[in-house]
Amino acid sequence: MSTASVQRTSGAGQDQAPRPGSGAPDTAALEAVFDAAVAADERIEPRDWMPDAYRRTLVRQMAQHAHSEIIGMQPEANWITRAPSLRRKAILMAKVQDEAGHGLYLYSAAETLGTGRDELLDKLHSGRQKYSSIFNYPTLTWADVGAIGWLVDGAAITNQVPLCRCSYGPYARAMIRICKEESFHQRQGYELLLALSRGTEAQHAMAQDAVNRWWWPSLMMFGPPDDESAHSAQSMAWKIKRHSNDELRQRFVDICVPQAESLGLTLPDPELTWNEERGHYDFGPIDWAEFRQVLAGQGPCNDQRITQRRRAHEEGSWVREAAAAHARKHSGVRTEGEAAA
Amino acid sequence: MTGTPEQGHQEAAGAAAPGPGAGAGPGAEAGSGRTAGEWPLWEVFVRARRGLSHTHAGSLHAPDAELALRNARDLYTRRGEGVSIWVVPSAAVTASSPDEKDPFFEPSADKPYRHPTFYEIPEGVRHL
Repeated sequence: MSTASVQRTSGAGQDQAPRPGSGAPDTAALEAVFDAAVAADERIEPRDWMPDAYRRTLVRQMAQHAHSEIIGMQPEANWITRAPSLRRKAILMAKVQDEAGHGLYLYSAAETLGTGRDELLDKLHSGRQKYSSIFNYPTLTWADVGAIGWLVDGAAITNQVPLCRCSYGPYARAMIRICKEESFHQRQGYELLLALSRGTEAQHAMAQDAVNRWWWPSLMMFGPPDDESAHSAQSMAWKIKRHSNDELRQRFVDICVPQAESLGLTLPDPELTWNEERGHYDFGPIDWAEFRQVLAGQGPCNDQRITQRRRAHEEGSWVREAAAAHARKHSGVRTEGEAAA
Repeated sequence: MTGTPEQGHQEAAGAAAPGPGAGAGPGAEAGSGRTAGEWPLWEVFVRARRGLSHTHAGSLHAPDAELALRNARDLYTRRGEGVSIWVVPSAAVTASSPDEKDPFFEPSADKPYRHPTFYEIPEGVRHL
């Protein structure tokens, strides 16, 4: 019997409800224990007491993260049937399968906070929870698959590596697994772009066009500037977040500039210059009006993405029902021999 | 105080969890209040390679043990991470309560003499 192996929790309020006769819970004392654990860089685990706002923040962030992985399957899956070789097709299928896996790790982690899977999916389907706005852009050419791997997954990795040290244990563990797998995603994208960049003139132009279209939305993935970011300060105090949006964005730009040079491609920003004094690249202003517009549902593919997700869910319902019926019919027959393996 | 780890969202488990009476027929579904989509939750343990014990990898939803195993293979061993998998209904796990963490583990905290470093051995004594 090991608490370490247990990730489920009852809903907020149940674990910390006062036991009969034990008097009112001393919230201040519980909060002090929580604060001390966070301050000592210990992990908060599902059945620990935690402030309601911490729980809500985590559910919102992890749900949004999970939804992004699931919706993120669509723009790339768009190219599976048209991949230019069997090698590229196999790679792309493995990558899209990974995105599904990442979504499932994150849903499981979010469920440890007492929010059920069905509820999370309902909120995605009804638009009450969001996903990353980057996936509302279309994949117009094969080169977009490369640009997504290099830039979108690259930005995601920059965001996600610090989350491996997030104060909430199940989230941090899911992120460790995800980050290990993301590296393949980024490298396959880079290799794909490199092949195009070194190919014919038309292929090179296609690669450049894809980078031109994905660069700015990738920078927006880090979220609004620090002084406009609603949740940042509290999330950093709770050690859910370890670095500010602008800090991570700068890190990403600094990484990408030399990578673009090696690709033989340019980044679509005339103001991109090395700043000796800062030790960083300066870059031009981001069009936050576009970001807000896409976030508000007016991006090129918002409707298409959510319609497709709902349809996939509805059309899969007979499979879920059949599997459940089969399970009921055969319950009692178990693979108990496995437990001795 | 102990409890199953996920009372908060277990209504789905009743209908499909293996056990006496669980296969009571079509009526079981209506009576359980389960939603159509939500399968019970399973905890997944993976043995990374021979010689190591199974370690908790995460959890997943599946309608029965067999599909839980297959889903676990697809979800947690896509890159050769395991040579053996256990799946356990989450509802079957009994967990110690974090509220009572201190008193529960206290018996082990006040017995330093259980550790080898408790004992003073003269310098030069070897293999001890």
